[in-house]
Amino acid sequence: MSTRLADHGRLIDRSKPMNFEFNGKRMKGYEGDTLASALLGAGQTLVGRSFKYHRPRGIIASGGEEPNALVNMGQGGRFEPNQRTTTTELFDGLYATSQNHWPSLEFDVGVVNNYVARFLPAGFYYKTFMAPRAAWKHVFEPIVRQSAGLGKVPKDRDVDTYEYFYHHTDVLIVGGGVAGLAAAKAAAASGAKVMVVEQTAHWGGRTPVDGGEIDGIPAADWIEATVEALENMDNVTLRLRMQGSGIYDHGYALGYERVADHTPGDGRPRHRLWRIRAQQIVNATGAIERPLSFAGNDIPGVMLAGAVRDYVVNWGVSAGDRTVVVTNNDDAYRTALVLKEAGLEVPVIIDARAAVTSPLAQAARAAGIRVAEGKGIAKVHGGKFVTGVSICAQAGEGSSLEEIKCDAVAMSGGWSPVVHLWSHCGGKLIWDEVQAFFRPDPARPPLSHDGKGFVLTAGSASGALGLSDVLTDADAAGKAAGKAAGGKAGRKAAPKAAAEVHQAMEPVWIMPQGASIQKRMKMWLDYQNDVKVSDVQLAAREGYESVEHTKRYTTLGMATDQGKLSNINGLAVLSDALDQPIPQTGTTTFRPPYTPISFGAIAGEAKDELFQPIRKTPMHDWHEEAGAYFEPVGHWRRPYTYPKPDETHAQAVNREVLNTRERLGLLDASTLGKLIVSGPDAGRFMDMMYTNLMSTLPVGKCRYGLMCTENGFLSDDGVVARIDETTWLCHTTSGGADRIHAWMEDWLQCEWWDWKVHVANVTEQLAQVAVVGPNARKVLEKLGGMDVSKETLPFMQWADGTIGGFDARVYRISFSGELSYEIAVPASQGRAFWDALLEAGEEFGVMPYGTEALHIMRAEKGFIMIGDETDGTIIPQDLGLNWAISKKKDDFLGKRAQLRSHMVDPDRWKLVGLETLDGTVIPDGAYAVGEGVNANGQKNVIGRVTSTYFSPTLNKGIAMGLIKHGPDRMGEVVDFPTLDGTGTVIKARIVDQVFYDKEGAKGNV
Amino acid sequence: MLTLHCPNCGVMADETELHAEGEAHIKRFGPGSSDEEFENYLFERKNPKGVHFERWRHVAGCGKYFHAARNTMTLEVYGTYSAQTLAPPKTLVNAIKKKHPEWEGWA
Repeated sequence: MSTRLADHGRLIDRSKPMNFEFNGKRMKGYEGDTLASALLGAGQTLVGRSFKYHRPRGIIASGGEEPNALVNMGQGGRFEPNQRTTTTELFDGLYATSQNHWPSLEFDVGVVNNYVARFLPAGFYYKTFMAPRAAWKHVFEPIVRQSAGLGKVPKDRDVDTYEYFYHHTDVLIVGGGVAGLAAAKAAAASGAKVMVVEQTAHWGGRTPVDGGEIDGIPAADWIEATVEALENMDNVTLRLRMQGSGIYDHGYALGYERVADHTPGDGRPRHRLWRIRAQQIVNATGAIERPLSFAGNDIPGVMLAGAVRDYVVNWGVSAGDRTVVVTNNDDAYRTALVLKEAGLEVPVIIDARAAVTSPLAQAARAAGIRVAEGKGIAKVHGGKFVTGVSICAQAGEGSSLEEIKCDAVAMSGGWSPVVHLWSHCGGKLIWDEVQAFFRPDPARPPLSHDGKGFVLTAGSASGALGLSDVLTDADAAGKAAGKAAGGKAGRKAAPKAAAEVHQAMEPVWIMPQGASIQKRMKMWLDYQNDVKVSDVQLAAREGYESVEHTKRYTTLGMATDQGKLSNINGLAVLSDALDQPIPQTGTTTFRPPYTPISFGAIAGEAKDELFQPIRKTPMHDWHEEAGAYFEPVGHWRRPYTYPKPDETHAQAVNREVLNTRERLGLLDASTLGKLIVSGPDAGRFMDMMYTNLMSTLPVGKCRYGLMCTENGFLSDDGVVARIDETTWLCHTTSGGADRIHAWMEDWLQCEWWDWKVHVANVTEQLAQVAVVGPNARKVLEKLGGMDVSKETLPFMQWADGTIGGFDARVYRISFSGELSYEIAVPASQGRAFWDALLEAGEEFGVMPYGTEALHIMRAEKGFIMIGDETDGTIIPQDLGLNWAISKKKDDFLGKRAQLRSHMVDPDRWKLVGLETLDGTVIPDGAYAVGEGVNANGQKNVIGRVTSTYFSPTLNKGIAMGLIKHGPDRMGEVVDFPTLDGTGTVIKARIVDQVFYDKEGAKGNV
Repeated sequence: MLTLHCPNCGVMADETELHAEGEAHIKRFGPGSSDEEFENYLFERKNPKGVHFERWRHVAGCGKYFHAARNTMTLEVYGTYSAQTLAPPKTLVNAIKKKHPEWEGWA
């Protein structure tokens, strides 16, 4: 069993004990612990259950690669599932529970899956789909649902805050081990601006664990001195607890800083997402140790050899009292020596290599440790913890030669460079035959905008494994990055360490090499997703030759750890099964982020009212004070209606409609797009933009116009006013102003760039109020100023002047059918003007109205609305708007398209009015069905509703819709089946779309 | 996230400041064109894996359109140039050709 040692632990402060709770048990650790080291120190070897078979799981690693030890962290507003204990810093009061078990971690009924494991092979999910339907419903689905899902979904609102940082640097160095520090030193010496980020809370990486000397002083001292020197340089930024999470195009990188994970509730943002643009990026991301595939390699107590060493040296924690070391390389001998030095037992080092004579092996022998050469582990004994191992010949089939009692196994299958970030943006890999790993191919880096590589690697991330090689490689990378980023060429010598003599590692993908199927079914490749050697071999037999397919079929490498431990072993097994070399199999795609990052960090401050900027009209505050119910229109918020207390929205809308029709309504129309088109060629340009003839519009007049895309489809509409000889003002829809502005700029800049026209978007310069209703003129006359009489300012004209002392431009236009003036004043005067209208209008029964009343009144008049009657597939001809399409013009945008055969098809659905026989309202989006059925046996569809409302003016349901041959079928009744499950069919008569005041008498006063 | 040099205002712009506007140097066909010409104009796009000419707008910057020659595969940008032209500059085309002798040319 794991325990805390009396000494060792360079990262912990034994004078500062910390209490925490795991599965309801109170435990003790120290400041500087990770949750993993604290759990092991407290003797908690069993920390979770596996995903599929619910097998007992213990901690296997000491860093971000950990697949097993995931916990539910925190409670309430700080609850988060799947947190890696190995990267969670301990704090006083930490609360965690284990995952994937019921009813308890020690006794889990889900483990029954383990005993039916042979019925849950690779591709189990897919295979269930081939079974009869009933089997899926009653047998497979309950099983799959039961076992699906890691951790629990948080239920409460996150109480923490998150933020973004933006940063530009010449050189970004990812990783603060000795390679990162050496590279930083070299890059900084060039004068370049350098940023170094390290995902843990400590500089130096693994080197302080392994020791050695750099430039004649102990490595730990060199690290301290180098960090201090870098801290004192103005051109260097150092950040701990910050992971380089992803590398993207042209030197863009994401940094994930865990600011306050270890100090929750201290007021700081929990995480910070850094959006970094670097000219050069140096990946000093180190290497990850690989497990070995032997039977029972997932039993709690079986750990990576490097991790076992880390726990002793960094945190003073032993994985067990008697640890068997099993390896295929020299590095694991360091673990044996560390354990021995700490006074722990190492009964044997099992080495798959036939004869081991390296200095490290000799040192182990000298320390009295037995080395079993050419051997492997036939089987690990134990259930919830290790009790012993059986030794066998690596070359054989696994007959037990000897059994050895132990409570921990330290395994090493060799090391793989962390190539993830190199690969994120297209860096290519090569297979290193000697060291049996993929490493970055420096000849094929990710390219920046200039066609040159922008990513370098340093140290173990390049494939250099000894300290001396690491330093030389990192120094060269730092110098190259500094120079490429515009710094001076460095001349200082690289930091030096003594060269080491190693005996070559020997790739071991299965232990023993001739293991039986029973053994291969107990050899775990992917611990988190329960993928075994036998699963990958089965996938290969079933024809999954592509590594990407095998990944998805077996789920190898698909869990939250994304196969950091399993990938190389898995594709080696797949290659072997396919009888092809490993590089031919290749790797799966590496995608950012390197380890999961929080949703909070991704969202940053973009939540609630900061989710996106909200545009407000000058009268917005008044609307809020009046209790308006708002609706989003583009980025605007517009009042939908102004409900009074005890009034429903529908009641309020009806009141607003009737009041406007009978007395006086005010609409805040400031959101309407207002574009000025001006210049000697503006008339010609207007004729291209609009389907109408706009160049002939006399100064002082207004004209309703339509704009189409080159596809012929209606894109926007609005009233155009001719301001002077060379200037037009175009009203667009509220949501369309920016789009139409860009559309005009596109044609002016990219097609007709020799035309002398400019366009200005003045939408926000002006506040606009529609003064609508029989009393509209009365209120304006009361305010006084310009002449707004029928004679001086007739329908579809505009004039400049003053009203009530306000500078105003008054348009005599109407979207409601009533007597109506749309009055624009400078935005700064908008609120004052609105207030003046309300005050003066009181005696005339003034009442503001919202967008829903606007919609109803325009529908009563049969006016179309972009986005209701149009959906990007509707041409003006469909809506009976032929009168607005000029026949005199040779060309306008959309003209050619409207001549296509499909556009002139007489069977196109056309706009008509619809009146329900019983006065009810047709549901939004309802379809009309006709005679017969289609090829699928469904009723033929002959049209659909585009706008449908209850008309308070007419006291019945009205609608507009597109109906096949509609205008030729006036008076006929069509069926609109409802979808409410009652089978009700609403019958509606096809009528003229103008329901109210057909002759236009109300507006013409 | 790409960076492109805006030839109008001179800044090296992040992709967040820019808006992609599709393939460059498309000739407009209006009334009087054949169905085939019009179809090509509206719908046919190259979408190459490799050298490509695109329109971009510096929408959150100077607001101007420009052209960019870049590689959709390697993300290399060969150059950016004015939107007011019917063809990429010869020097740019030659430089790309030199780098990629197998490239079939811009047209």
